[in-house]
Amino acid sequence: MNQSLYNKRKRVNQVGLTLSMTAMALGLFVLLWILFILFKNGFEALNWAIFTQSTPAPGSEGGGLANAIVGSAMMIAVTAFISTPIGVFAGVYLAEYGDSSKTAAVTRFVTDIMLSAPSIVLGLFVYAILVAQVKHFSGWAGSLALALIAIPVVVRTTENMLRLVPGSLREAAYSLGAPQWKVATFVTLRAAKAGVVTGLLLALARISGETAPLLFTALNNQFFSTNMNAPMANLPVVIFQFAMSPYDNWIRLAWGGALIITLTVLVLNIIARVLFRDKVKV
Amino acid sequence: MTDSAAAGLPIAIQTKKLNFFYGKFQGLKDVDLDIAEKKVTAFIGPSGCGKSTLLRTLNRMYSLYPGQRAEGEINFYGQNILDPKQDLNLLRARIGMVFQKPTPFPMSIYDNIAFGVRLYENLNKAQMDERVEWALSKAAIWGEVKDKLGQSGLSLSGGQQQRLCIARSVAVKPSVILLDEPTSALDPISTAKVEELVHELKNDYTVAIVTHNMQQAARVSDFTAYMYLGELVEFGRTDEIFIKPKKKDTEDYITGRFG
Repeated sequence: MNQSLYNKRKRVNQVGLTLSMTAMALGLFVLLWILFILFKNGFEALNWAIFTQSTPAPGSEGGGLANAIVGSAMMIAVTAFISTPIGVFAGVYLAEYGDSSKTAAVTRFVTDIMLSAPSIVLGLFVYAILVAQVKHFSGWAGSLALALIAIPVVVRTTENMLRLVPGSLREAAYSLGAPQWKVATFVTLRAAKAGVVTGLLLALARISGETAPLLFTALNNQFFSTNMNAPMANLPVVIFQFAMSPYDNWIRLAWGGALIITLTVLVLNIIARVLFRDKVKV
Repeated sequence: MTDSAAAGLPIAIQTKKLNFFYGKFQGLKDVDLDIAEKKVTAFIGPSGCGKSTLLRTLNRMYSLYPGQRAEGEINFYGQNILDPKQDLNLLRARIGMVFQKPTPFPMSIYDNIAFGVRLYENLNKAQMDERVEWALSKAAIWGEVKDKLGQSGLSLSGGQQQRLCIARSVAVKPSVILLDEPTSALDPISTAKVEELVHELKNDYTVAIVTHNMQQAARVSDFTAYMYLGELVEFGRTDEIFIKPKKKDTEDYITGRFG
């Protein structure tokens, strides 16, 4: 055994380990710092009024985020209704039908571009084709903009999850004489169900913090409203406006809203992870 | 000559000058083989010899993959199934297949069986119950699962899963059942059960089985085809192939000097 060679390798190992540990510590430190500031300011702002009262007028005391929470929830729900069927069907097409077709290659390429498209561009697009035409902001427009962000995420995760399904399961279904659409819907999609739902949840987590596309579409609404056809309050835009305001209670509400979004995203991520872990065990 | 082995018996499937290509690579070379009705025909040979390829041409499973093609003829009761007009779903409903690894569908045990049946038959609840019990009994697993038909097929052990897959194939009442190394992922006890099952199956079905295990071929089959490098080297009655093979290559493989 060559002792000096071994020692050298040990030293290289030490250097590599130190570098990667430092990088990890740096990343973790920043993340914990963000969470610390957020939790400290956020929990101070949390109280029942946040969930029961609507955003306060300038200069008035107190107030809450009820209108923004409900608005965000409604828009995200509508987004889920739009993007789930489109995203899942497109993913099934890509994984099960479009192996060598040109249409699939183009779809995949466009989806990848959409995945990395700046969300503000998608917001502007919906503003131009919808808001500018009907001449008013609306919850529907907000949902549409969010759906444009969510769909590519759902498409690609659905496709990837379906591709994880072993080919032998497909062959087994075909070997019984099942037509392709039955194999795709009753066997493959069912086998990938947990993964597909995970993708949906992650897409919803992703859009629940999006601000830019809502600025041009749903805008904001100072009052409690469940009318999707009118401007709609929502957490990200309220945070954006309140955080930069001169009023102390507005700034507190912005922190509270930020905490609510973060916890929502956290919960969605945890559910997604648990679902996906169960899937992998099978 | 090899094609005389099954002479005099009714033939279920006959291949003539069957060539198979994975893109440019030729996986089967001029295979002429007769598979006798209601007998077990085993395909043996070293890895990569084309035995699974041959099996997968018989239900055109390869057609799922672009770039794979077969030339020649495969006559299934006189009808050439390589005909481009052949309806693949109907063909596969008549020629079932069981794979190396158990592949239960992600649904209940009952639905695993009913899935294939529903594709081609409209049965009422009672008839379907009866069919499910019949298929599971055929696969010698009814006793083990009759109280948990609602449970996921994935909850069964490997050996049970494989028998469930056999039951699933049997349930659609095919004419031929293709078994692709059905016991290679199973323990010896499950293997013995599946082998017994193969014996039972040939009362009603034509069976073709690919196996790596020569004792298994000797135990379960009536006819054996020895393949090497894509060619059918020797085909004959199993007792003859194992006791006095005509070719030295076959003898070397069977006695373990090669492969």
